[in-house]
Amino acid sequence: MKYVDEFRDPKKAKALLKEINLLVDEIEITKERPLQIMEVCGGHTHSIFRYGIEQMLPDKIELVHGPGCPVCVLPMGRVDDCVALAEHPNVIFTTFGDAMRVPGSKKSLLQAKADGADVRMVYSPLDALNLAKENPDKEVVFFALGFETTMPSTAFTILEAEKQGIKNFSLFCNHITIIPTVKAILDSPDILLDGFLGPGHVSMVIGNKPYEFIAKHYNKPLVVAGFEPLDILQSLWMVLKQIVDGRSEVENQYQRIVPDEGNNPALDAINKVFELREFFEWRGLGSIDHSGVRVSDAYSKYDAEQKFSVPNLKIADPKACQCGEVLKGVIKPWECKVFGTACSPETPLGALMVSSEGACAAYFNYGKIDLTSLIKQREEQQAEEIINA
Amino acid sequence: MSAAAKDIEQKGDIRRRSGKVRGDIVTLAHGSGGKAMRDLIDDIFVSTFANEHLSTLEDQARIHLDKFNSNGDRIAMTTDSYVVDPLFFPGGNIGSLAVNGTVNDLAVGGAKPTALTCGMIIEEGFSIETLRRVVTEMKQAADFAGVSIVTGDTKVVHRGAADKLFINTAGIGVIPKSYDLTATKIQEGDVIITNGYLGDHGAAIVDARGELAIENTINSDCQALNHLIQSMLETCPNIRCIRDATRGGIATVLNEFAQQANLCLRLHEDKLRVRDEVKGMCEILGLDPLYLANEGKLVACVPADQADALIKVMQKDPAGKDAVIVGNVSASPEGVVVLSTVFGGDRIVDMLVGEQLPRIC
Repeated sequence: MKYVDEFRDPKKAKALLKEINLLVDEIEITKERPLQIMEVCGGHTHSIFRYGIEQMLPDKIELVHGPGCPVCVLPMGRVDDCVALAEHPNVIFTTFGDAMRVPGSKKSLLQAKADGADVRMVYSPLDALNLAKENPDKEVVFFALGFETTMPSTAFTILEAEKQGIKNFSLFCNHITIIPTVKAILDSPDILLDGFLGPGHVSMVIGNKPYEFIAKHYNKPLVVAGFEPLDILQSLWMVLKQIVDGRSEVENQYQRIVPDEGNNPALDAINKVFELREFFEWRGLGSIDHSGVRVSDAYSKYDAEQKFSVPNLKIADPKACQCGEVLKGVIKPWECKVFGTACSPETPLGALMVSSEGACAAYFNYGKIDLTSLIKQREEQQAEEIINA
Repeated sequence: MSAAAKDIEQKGDIRRRSGKVRGDIVTLAHGSGGKAMRDLIDDIFVSTFANEHLSTLEDQARIHLDKFNSNGDRIAMTTDSYVVDPLFFPGGNIGSLAVNGTVNDLAVGGAKPTALTCGMIIEEGFSIETLRRVVTEMKQAADFAGVSIVTGDTKVVHRGAADKLFINTAGIGVIPKSYDLTATKIQEGDVIITNGYLGDHGAAIVDARGELAIENTINSDCQALNHLIQSMLETCPNIRCIRDATRGGIATVLNEFAQQANLCLRLHEDKLRVRDEVKGMCEILGLDPLYLANEGKLVACVPADQADALIKVMQKDPAGKDAVIVGNVSASPEGVVVLSTVFGGDRIVDMLVGEQLPRIC
């Protein structure tokens, strides 16, 4: 397919891998301390697994799958709020499909739907706005979710709702912002990251400047990367090249999409409709200052949290889950105690197992082949433990 | 005969006369067991399906054993319900789907399909004209596949108790003595064959629902596979197993194969045929064509030395013109489907969790 296959060319991949290997040989790496590069965005995680990129890389490089999957970092309490809103008798609750299966403390939206709540899958917030127009006697709530990538479309939908005078529409805002979270990860004492692949789609909106502190203050190279497999390999090469050269800069591999200064009309809309929350709860990472946005006062009539009463309870992550450590790269997905046994895509405990962009689900679905035997081994081990106990 | 007796006989004639359906929509009366139902059955089902079994209007079809005995030594039996939304979509409709789907379920077991049943659950208010269209489509599909629809049932339910129209078809067929298709027969070294482009049906349904405002021209691959499979088995009677890759796509079928045979089934992404339109839709929606539904695609494991001959035979049949070898079977890792990606990496292709898309068939 034109404009896609060009970025999946195995010959070019081979050439790039050769160059990557040459660079890696120049970097001093020990077995105890492999080179850790974090891809911040879940879209990258998905591509890495879908194309089997991890196994093509030299062993000395370890990819750490970062927090950039908005579905994965959604805390249980917020899912409970969604369910409460959806179960409101007069509400049509609209959501992107991948949020349907995220477990709350009692149920997911999918289960709420089966129990009779009017939950509908939409592909865009404008679809939800249209539903509101078609159902004037109902209240339509849109589950707004995602980083700066999806924020503009939500913002423009609110502006459109106001323009058209639509009153029975509101959003349950769970938009989050990536920069404070990357900073929080960099500040946590147990991390060993050497460089970053920056999120291409977020950068398309915010540009490259917001990442500069990572290069300047933390001395880590960051390359804003595209999502096709060759994009990812080239970006990895660029990060390694910086390490070899002793540089730490923000570079842009995804120039065909990402302008350095970002997208101003989109940023204007975001600034108009949203304002920063003092803090926002992330699954596995806890509360992070200024990491989420709410609907600004000027548009509060479109804020579902103002329009309806939501329980707004903080629910602790399941104890067995080690999502936070996986997100920070401290442990690998399969090193989590419940990976593949109590927690699987069919019965996800942790959110990283829910979305196809979540590191655990990606490992489980697409994972390295020896993982199958690992799961078997662990099941046998656990069965033995039960018998012995 | 007295005048009164004559009058009664005349009125009886009028009453008995095979009726025409009155009105434009199906009402609860059409499912009540009374005259309206009789008219509906006569006018729409019996006259369209027109065969000796159905016209006798007994409570059951009676098929002579000779019809089975002469063709094989086992009867294959299957049933499937069809709830696709929308009822009509590019390349097919619920009627053709209900016939082809059940015919294919028989055929992939090596059976020659003999007869189908037709059970319909109709929502009150459904258009008679549309019902007639669906039944006509069923008849055409049955004729093409060479099966008769020999008995049926109609129920009408209150508005909202069902969505428009649901169809159940059951089918029976005969399996010739020499065929024994089963996944446990798959051996190391076998190759995997499909009869063409993957994911067309799933993509066509998404497209037809119009939720995405994508302008597209994807046609469902809805087709009967029994003639194709018959010629495949005539060429190579020791094909290990065949299955039609409907819901859950080729990935699901291959996982079933891999687990039953306890072998590794490896797909080569560069050999898989996926249309650009389907690929494009998958890119936009984050779907995987390996999991998209097909309604006229088979997956077969065959001995490697007969694969080329089989492909040639398949390509002569319109249903198999795009047949291609897509993978091979190796010993390990056991019970797993692996995809060698176009990019040069390997990944596991697992069973589908949850549903990719609802009500596609």
